[in-house]
Amino acid sequence: MSQIVVEKKVLNENQKLAAELREKFRQHKILVLNLISAPGSGKTTLLERTLERLDKNKRVVLLTGDLQTENDATRLAQWGFPVKQIITGGTCHLDAKMIEKHLAAWPLESFDMLIIENVGNLVCPTSYDLGEHFKIVILSVTEGEDKPLKYPSIFVKSELMILSKVDLLPYVPFSAELAKSNARSVHPGIRIIETSSKGDGLDEWMKWLEEKLAAVKSGELVSA
Amino acid sequence: MRIATGPDGGYGRRPLALGNATLPAAGVLDSGVWMHELSIVSSVLDQLDELQKEHEGARFSKVGLRVGELAGVDVDCLRFGFECVVKDTHWAELALEIEQVARRQRCPGCNAEFQAENWATACPQCGEAATITIAGEELQIAYVEVEE
Repeated sequence: MSQIVVEKKVLNENQKLAAELREKFRQHKILVLNLISAPGSGKTTLLERTLERLDKNKRVVLLTGDLQTENDATRLAQWGFPVKQIITGGTCHLDAKMIEKHLAAWPLESFDMLIIENVGNLVCPTSYDLGEHFKIVILSVTEGEDKPLKYPSIFVKSELMILSKVDLLPYVPFSAELAKSNARSVHPGIRIIETSSKGDGLDEWMKWLEEKLAAVKSGELVSA
Repeated sequence: MRIATGPDGGYGRRPLALGNATLPAAGVLDSGVWMHELSIVSSVLDQLDELQKEHEGARFSKVGLRVGELAGVDVDCLRFGFECVVKDTHWAELALEIEQVARRQRCPGCNAEFQAENWATACPQCGEAATITIAGEELQIAYVEVEE
């Protein structure tokens, strides 16, 4: 009996493709965000509120992933930015191959930002690098405060946590302070913005976006 | 029956390589919901197929994987997915060994290295909150065993 030492990443192919995508994004100075949350936490709603507020001269494209239906793409298309739906047909996450395929027809050089709305799932999308600058995790106040403790990986890997639906705080037994301290206990440096579809926190969120967009354009922010 | 594939190719690549692979009998897979542990198994087998080309004639008896606590992979699910996928393929006899890797942190302040217990990552020596992850993100093929 002998042993061959392999020492290779299992998701080697995905990693290679993600690195190629990252290089393209760097060349064209595109900010790329990967939004991840459980189903129903408000990813699409946050994006709707974002597109509504975005300067219409900003060149933004969106990819939105779901197991079935084009509903999200239809919702997001109303603001005039190009949107494509990725229907995974049962697969629980997006991978770099799907991103590459759906971006192929788009002239990347003419865009400033790509927002990827991942499949609603707090587990599987964590393992797949899509070449993004930042993962953003969304937690809504109608979930449990302990989600960061139950699904720590995604909170560890996210730059920013959006605590959504805060307008419902008076009606639900949810402690925003506890949720935030749980998130910080698994990722001390995580940035947290509280939002609602009624407008809470959206200025702060838009400011964060503008800062990151500017940092990518100036070359100050390069994704590793 | 062929393994079902997603229209966007999430699992569309491996089944082609498997040729006459059959759908596992387990009901959980008939639901059409494919958790990513299956896609991970597929990636492992793809890489083993490549490795087999470099070691023609060698009989691989076991593959060793290394899975970190932060990898986002459920080890039981991975084992189950492995059994389901290898069955009725040329990898049916392949054993699987999984080494789980705990999350380890390094403190940039005092250079202490420690295992993060219960996701608490503050430095136990000096209290520094922002420590750096040095292990626990692995999702690797560590080795294959070859029968002579």
